[in-house]
Amino acid sequence: MSLAFIHISILCFLLVTVLAIVRMRDLLAVVMLLSIYSLLSACFFVVMDAVDVAFTEAAVGIGISTLLLLSTLALTKRFERPHRTEPVLALFLVLTTGALLVYGTLQMPPFGSASAPAHQHVAAYYIEQSFLDTGIANMVTSVLASYRGYDTLGELMVIFTAGIGVLALLELKTDTKVSRKTEIPAPMAAHHILRIVSKMLIPFILMFALYVQFHGDFGPGGGFQAGVIFSSAIVLYTMVFGLDAALKVISFAWLRFFAALGGLVFGATGVLALVSGKNFLDYHALAEDPIRAQHLGVLLVEVGVGITVAAVIILVFMSFTRQMAENGKA
Amino acid sequence: MNILESFNYWIVMALMMCGLYIMIAQGNLIKKIVGLTIFQTSVFIFYISMAKVTGATAPIIKEGLELYSNPLPHVLILTAIVVGISTTALALALVIRIRQAYGTIEEDEIRAKDRLE
Repeated sequence: MSLAFIHISILCFLLVTVLAIVRMRDLLAVVMLLSIYSLLSACFFVVMDAVDVAFTEAAVGIGISTLLLLSTLALTKRFERPHRTEPVLALFLVLTTGALLVYGTLQMPPFGSASAPAHQHVAAYYIEQSFLDTGIANMVTSVLASYRGYDTLGELMVIFTAGIGVLALLELKTDTKVSRKTEIPAPMAAHHILRIVSKMLIPFILMFALYVQFHGDFGPGGGFQAGVIFSSAIVLYTMVFGLDAALKVISFAWLRFFAALGGLVFGATGVLALVSGKNFLDYHALAEDPIRAQHLGVLLVEVGVGITVAAVIILVFMSFTRQMAENGKA
Repeated sequence: MNILESFNYWIVMALMMCGLYIMIAQGNLIKKIVGLTIFQTSVFIFYISMAKVTGATAPIIKEGLELYSNPLPHVLILTAIVVGISTTALALALVIRIRQAYGTIEEDEIRAKDRLE
């Protein structure tokens, strides 16, 4: 009963936050509210047993997405122009669609029922067999990297393509040092506490990312979460010490290389199986013992995912920061 | 108990419609992206709600536990979140470029400028 109470209150908070977002004109406040919305939904995912999802939402929604939105705000402007007319037509459309959708839910199986169709098909197989097939305790990892590895490869490619798209739009020059004479200022470097605390935190964040990466077989974690956490350490470094210092750690050319490398590792694992006479991404080709082969395959694939995700997010953030620096100069 | 059975779904629909409303009715491009994110997250909440089984636990095998929530929607949504942030980043980069080209991110002002040309 108490769990039901928690989950219902989280849902109500979510609704209140979103209604506030609809009303707000101040975009800075909207972005902060969206961050709260992500935090609430991450809490909700924990209550719903989706620990891996909550992990990802916490790292992505609260951290990275807020930062990117704030950078965009800094490049555009903070206040939305007030509307002149009330959009009656839009309201009518939304209310009608909403009513139809609610009507649709009346036929849905009740929340939490074990006999719902969603739990009948392959899901039952995963729950019963995945540990015997792969020896991986975390079902989310085994489904993600082994049973549905092909899907995950596709999704990784979407992330990679989006990264390329951002680069193409924000026109990065290969050599940043020559094209720019002045140093990009790092406004936060003047704050002693920020500087020292973040310097102390960064090694731990990196270590934690590696733990999440390699512990994904046994507990919540995996390449997607680890990639985001790893990138957040570099993003923190960029924010506090400035883009120039961060580029000394890792340059755009290397980041582009790593973004492609992750996908390559994933794809090469698949091709390796293909060359050995098995199906694409059938890890049994990698070793004699099936459990060992699965472990090895999942490890390789997750490393590929982690590298690409981390590189793309760092790349996107640095491109945004560079735009800010160029804008400040102009 | 009848209300509790569908409460999640109704809230999801309300969240989804708020996101849709922002996308249709509000002219600021950043606000539209925020609306898109809300819409997207409401779908995540919907999927994860469907994966829940009453009395079950997180889908990580442990001895002595029998009932697990459905891992499949978790996998789908986990990757969807990371794909979502990359597409949001792409959209934000587009907004930055639009701002550089037009000097504004309000939809009707952009349209007015287009008409003048």
